[in-house]
Amino acid sequence: MEDKVRIGVYICHCGANIADTVDIQQVVDFAKGLDSVVVAREYKFMCSDPGQNMIKEDIKQLGLNRAVVASCSPLMHEPTFRRAVQEAGINPYLFEMANIREHCSWVTEDHEKATEKAKRLVSAAVKRVYYHQPLEIREIPVNPNTLIVGGGIAGIQAALEIADSEHKVYLVERDPSIGGHMIQFDKTFPTLDCSACILTPKMTAVGAHPYIELMTYSEVEEISGFIGNFKARIRKKARFVDESKCTSCGVCQEKCPWKADSEFDLGLSKRKAIYTPFAQAVPNIPVIDKEYCAYFLKGTCRACEKFCEVGAIDFEQVDQVIEVDIGNIIITTGYDAFDPTPITQYGYGRFDNVVTGLEFERICNAVGPTSGKIVLKDSSEPKSIAIIHCVGSRDENYHEYCSRVCCMYALKYSHLIKERTDAEVYQMYIDMRCFGKGYEEFYKRLSEEGVTFIRGKVAEVTDRAINEDEKGKLIVCGEDTLLGTTMRVPVDMVILCIALEARSDAKEVAKLFSISQGADGFFIERHPKLDPVATMTDGIFVAGCCQGPKDIPDTVAQASAAATRVLALISKGKVEMEAATAVIDEEKCSGCQICNLLCPYSAISFIEDKEVSRVNEALCKGCGTCAAACPSGAITHKHFTTEEIMAEIEGVLA
Amino acid sequence: MVVQTVSPSPETLDFMKEVGGEKFELCYQCGLCTGTCPWNRVRSFMLRKLIHQAQLGLVDFEDEDLWTCVGCKACVDRCPRGVEVVDIMRDLRRVIVEAGVGKVPDSLRLVAKNFAAVGNPLGEPRETRPDWAKDLGVKTYTKGTEILYFPCCIQTYDPSIQRVARAAANILNKADVDFGILGAEVSCCGESIRKSGSESVFQSLARNNIEAFTKAGVNKIVVTSPHCYHTFMQEYPELGGNFEVIHLSQYLNELINEGRLKFTKELNKKVTYQDSCCLGRYAGMYDEPRQTLKSIPGLELLEMWEYRENSLCCGGCAGRLWMETKKGERFSDLRLEQALETGASILAVACPYCMLNFEDSVLTSDKGDVIEIRDIAELVQEVI
Ligand SMILES: Cc1cc2nc3c(=O)[nH]c(=O)nc-3n(C[C@H](O)[C@H](O)[C@H](O)COP(=O)(O)OP(=O)(O)OC[C@H]3O[C@@H](n4cnc5c(N)ncnc54)[C@H](O)[C@@H]3O)c2cc1C
Repeated sequence: MEDKVRIGVYICHCGANIADTVDIQQVVDFAKGLDSVVVAREYKFMCSDPGQNMIKEDIKQLGLNRAVVASCSPLMHEPTFRRAVQEAGINPYLFEMANIREHCSWVTEDHEKATEKAKRLVSAAVKRVYYHQPLEIREIPVNPNTLIVGGGIAGIQAALEIADSEHKVYLVERDPSIGGHMIQFDKTFPTLDCSACILTPKMTAVGAHPYIELMTYSEVEEISGFIGNFKARIRKKARFVDESKCTSCGVCQEKCPWKADSEFDLGLSKRKAIYTPFAQAVPNIPVIDKEYCAYFLKGTCRACEKFCEVGAIDFEQVDQVIEVDIGNIIITTGYDAFDPTPITQYGYGRFDNVVTGLEFERICNAVGPTSGKIVLKDSSEPKSIAIIHCVGSRDENYHEYCSRVCCMYALKYSHLIKERTDAEVYQMYIDMRCFGKGYEEFYKRLSEEGVTFIRGKVAEVTDRAINEDEKGKLIVCGEDTLLGTTMRVPVDMVILCIALEARSDAKEVAKLFSISQGADGFFIERHPKLDPVATMTDGIFVAGCCQGPKDIPDTVAQASAAATRVLALISKGKVEMEAATAVIDEEKCSGCQICNLLCPYSAISFIEDKEVSRVNEALCKGCGTCAAACPSGAITHKHFTTEEIMAEIEGVLA
Repeated sequence: MVVQTVSPSPETLDFMKEVGGEKFELCYQCGLCTGTCPWNRVRSFMLRKLIHQAQLGLVDFEDEDLWTCVGCKACVDRCPRGVEVVDIMRDLRRVIVEAGVGKVPDSLRLVAKNFAAVGNPLGEPRETRPDWAKDLGVKTYTKGTEILYFPCCIQTYDPSIQRVARAAANILNKADVDFGILGAEVSCCGESIRKSGSESVFQSLARNNIEAFTKAGVNKIVVTSPHCYHTFMQEYPELGGNFEVIHLSQYLNELINEGRLKFTKELNKKVTYQDSCCLGRYAGMYDEPRQTLKSIPGLELLEMWEYRENSLCCGGCAGRLWMETKKGERFSDLRLEQALETGASILAVACPYCMLNFEDSVLTSDKGDVIEIRDIAELVQEVI
């Protein structure tokens, strides 16, 4: 040890919190007798300015080079005292705290026992601090560029917020256009704004923004690095259309003779083999679908190429792999709509006029497959429609959670149906959950529009008529639980309010970005109440439905919050790295890789050519898992070395 | 109308909890069970309301409806909250039987007496249990025999249904399976009496069987009743009886696939199949019986409009077999109509309760010349 260790010990009364139970003077006297202790004092509130000054003065006057404060939990005041000793000129890691409040006075009734325990805790801290080493808190710069993955309303919102403050955003979207689910809708609850009217201006803004580099038809393939300094490898799939030449005139799509089911219209209409998913697509550059293009299938056709006046069609185009450096990442990959086929009793897929909510959105949409006319498969107008709630939600056979938006979009449909047809509307619900701002009011408004509400989870949809009235109809069967009778409601159309579920590839995405999924498949935030946008990986944030089902207002709020968090990091420009990290002694490492697997932060990598593992200090959070697990004892956890821990145990047992 | 106090009756709730019946606490009153329950096709049965009464401790134990549930499990399968309705009904009946708070139907009382006295519901003597196999060259199960064949009480005693056990034995013989049977020392599996609330009778039947099986050194049991299948598989382990249990329709599949059973004839018939609740919804066994049927040369399998998970019960589970169901309310009559609608000339079953109920329906509806009720075992026997 460089200099002789000189320790100061400070016992806090915490008003009456400690002093009422623990005999402070006894502990002080005890501390005075411990090895290397130069001074021991007590004070009413060590965390107060006079308390801190007492430590600072002693460091200066008595030449202390270690300090112990026996008071509350380090979660409360360790930063306070570390700062104090640092201000007096010693390294903040040469400080140790003994918790004689939560661990002692608050939980021990007997005064003598409490005093004895306090002594032991102080003794442990003194023994431990003896071995403390100065550690450096490093700061690393934050790259001001941001990667946003997923171009739904969440990704669009976050991108615009960050880009508007003149910081670069890479927005990566898997589909040929941004917009996500919201652009498929006709109207949005509860205000019934036209979805496209409020979304397309934002989409266009994204497309034109000087600070946004939009990469559609693209996917992130690899992420490396850590907060402030990530690297992303992005695959830009070949569109077979040269973006720099295309004028979005649309002639190629007109002339293309080959058709496929439109994904955007959920198979309710056709699109061409060369297509943009919808008219207002951003970017408005078509892609060629190799699965349907005759040129790719049979080597002939090239009609699009012939008619393209600017020569933008490029059959030779290949995927591009682009690497970008970024400081932060926001994941906004959204949700999948639940497929109700497995609920065989609802007849989806079996009956033409049983449709999902998302399909109904397209049916209602003025530019959708029926030009916004609410019609049956045979193009006739329905005289009655049943809307079944909670399809795949609140049901432990599928998803136990409530999808939070279905009650509201069901109400929205009532309105749209009433507005455009003379149909009777039945809402078959379990509980109406209209919790948001203006939602209950919307419910009330809809109640006045002549909708029939029936409380009961529908048991079955059948076409087996038992009387004349039911012939040719879909009969919705179940219990009206408020009347306490079973019911059979013959209707022409059934809309299933399908659940929102985690993306089918959420597991791969979670792995790619080193974030976690909950049991329900959605990504987990750092804290469900106090930190709903951060993840357990620093520098990676989540927003929108990828974190859990939510409506557009909540999605936008969360996206803005994530953007704010990123902007805060960018504006600070640097991040502090935990100093108490793990280090691997490569001489001792056997290369077994147990630590690599256990590390919850993916901070340990295996160096192939040396056959040893190495800790990336920027990713290490100092949790100690690896050090405890290493069978060769090759891992040292700084600030928690074996020496320190053994000394602490000795101190307690002394 | 008298206003009912909605204060829970603690005594009943406590007793329900004692017998494990508190599973109703999860129910959120969506009514899916009522809507699903086949009773409501023929008469009103407000299952949801009953569960709510249980939640409040306001069950009317004199209410006949407590004996209505057939335990077909259709509601349980669909229940969004995982409420084990069938178990709740069983536990409510237990309260009646064991606490004596309501009236047990006479027919059930008689059956319970038979079980207690001779170990079978029909009141037949124990000694004649193995008689069905007298002339078939079937040996008694002894240690080292590979398989115990265990036909259900109805298949052993009921002269009109014995044909199923006999077919099973013939098939096993033909496939050179090393099997034996047990006689007077074994009893009914106890499934229906347990669901009828007589827990103590069930316990004694089950313990008796477990002891007999263990004593004889049984490991593997082939059964021809889905009720035995369910009870041996799911309920005996909790009493310490762990055996490998196979339903014949499953085992036939295995024998056919391994080439141990060879078809020598064709059966050029249209056949439809009744999913037994205890095989289907209880055990998820939908495919094996169908595969067996489809492997029969010439046989064309037609499905009724409700099948597999959505299949309609024959009405015989949970002790209902022993209770009288009014004409016009019998599920087997409805189901027979569905079977006839398919155009099939055979309604294949894999369960003795289904067989009894359908035989009855055929008789009362006078459809004997259009459709026959046959166990899968019988059909296989015909073509080997
Ligand atoms: C039928 C229905 C009706 C609704 N109606 C309303 C309403 O009226 N009002 C309301 O407030 N809310 C409504 N909602 C809820 C609304 O859809 C969501 O709140 C909103 O769409 C969530 O936006 P998002 O950006 O999080 O997700 P999404 O809209 O799902 O967008 C995610 C985007 O990420 C992309 N993506 C996914 N994975 C990747 C990947 N690995 N790499 C790159 N890109 C990827 C997707 O292609 C998509 O563009 C409704 C929901 C449904 C199902």
